[in-house]
Amino acid sequence: MSFFIRTKKKLKKIISRLFKKKQMRIGIYGPPNAGKTTLSNRIVRDWTGDAVGPVSEIPHETRRARRKEGVTIADEKGNAITIDIVDTPGVTTKIDYKEFLEYGIESEEAVVRAREATEGVAEAMHWLREDIEGVIYMLDSTQDPFMQVNIMLIGIIESRGLPVIIVANKNDLPDASSTRIKSAFPQHPVISISGLEGNNVEELYEKMIDFFG
Amino acid sequence: MIQGVQIDLISSERLENLTSLEKIRMILEKVIDGNVIVLEKGLTPDEQSLLIETTMREIKPDGFAGIEMETYSSESGTHQKSGGLFSGLFGKKDHTSGRMTVIGPANQMKTLKKDKNLISAWVSSR
Repeated sequence: MSFFIRTKKKLKKIISRLFKKKQMRIGIYGPPNAGKTTLSNRIVRDWTGDAVGPVSEIPHETRRARRKEGVTIADEKGNAITIDIVDTPGVTTKIDYKEFLEYGIESEEAVVRAREATEGVAEAMHWLREDIEGVIYMLDSTQDPFMQVNIMLIGIIESRGLPVIIVANKNDLPDASSTRIKSAFPQHPVISISGLEGNNVEELYEKMIDFFG
Repeated sequence: MIQGVQIDLISSERLENLTSLEKIRMILEKVIDGNVIVLEKGLTPDEQSLLIETTMREIKPDGFAGIEMETYSSESGTHQKSGGLFSGLFGKKDHTSGRMTVIGPANQMKTLKKDKNLISAWVSSR
């Protein structure tokens, strides 16, 4: 490598460090049971070897926003971003402790879960207005994307001018349809993945580097 | 006494005379009382965000379980009208309000069907 090329590269690095943006805080938002924590765990495990939190089929398993700071995602071309991942509780407009009873949870614990879930959703909404700088919006590809909560949340995210990638999750299931999601939100990039199986997550990482970088 | 559900239809003029916090307080007080309300003009995205947050703080076991809310989607799908280049550059908030909105108690109201021009909901008395 010639002296000039080496110097140019060093200079580029120094300039990029000088003007480096602080780490973006990327919130993973979406309705309950869309697979937010599964994806958070996958991202964090793939790039740091760590995990964010437990997952289960019971709605509102995540009742407190969890943050993992300084996650660096890189592609084969050498492009990279360092972000703080914020895994949030599923956003909803209603929570009834009785829905937890159907999963065999005792009444007292169900009441506690419901209270924690309401506090978690309120906190997630507050953070969306005050703290989050980019959003991964998770949708279950087997469900109707036109639910009011999705329309509202995407509208709120758009009104704040936040960059958003929509993830059509659970593409490993037979009823999955990312086409429905693309037609519901044509103004945003939609990436079809399976957070559980890992299908197509590389495309999501590339899009994150391109979009949030 | 006739059993039933009170429906309050609130005009855009009345809404325009209220601050965001006053709107949200009024909506929640009525819905917690078991009423269904119809807003002639919908809430702004910031107001919707605040409504979700405040609703969560009002939920009580065996009491208020939250809200059911439906609004017509805009003509262009979910895409809000942009404020243009300058509003984007200077961080001006987009205050595009939604269209007519129906809000009711989650344990009494259920949306049966919704499309661009129709909201069909079922409401039960307590």
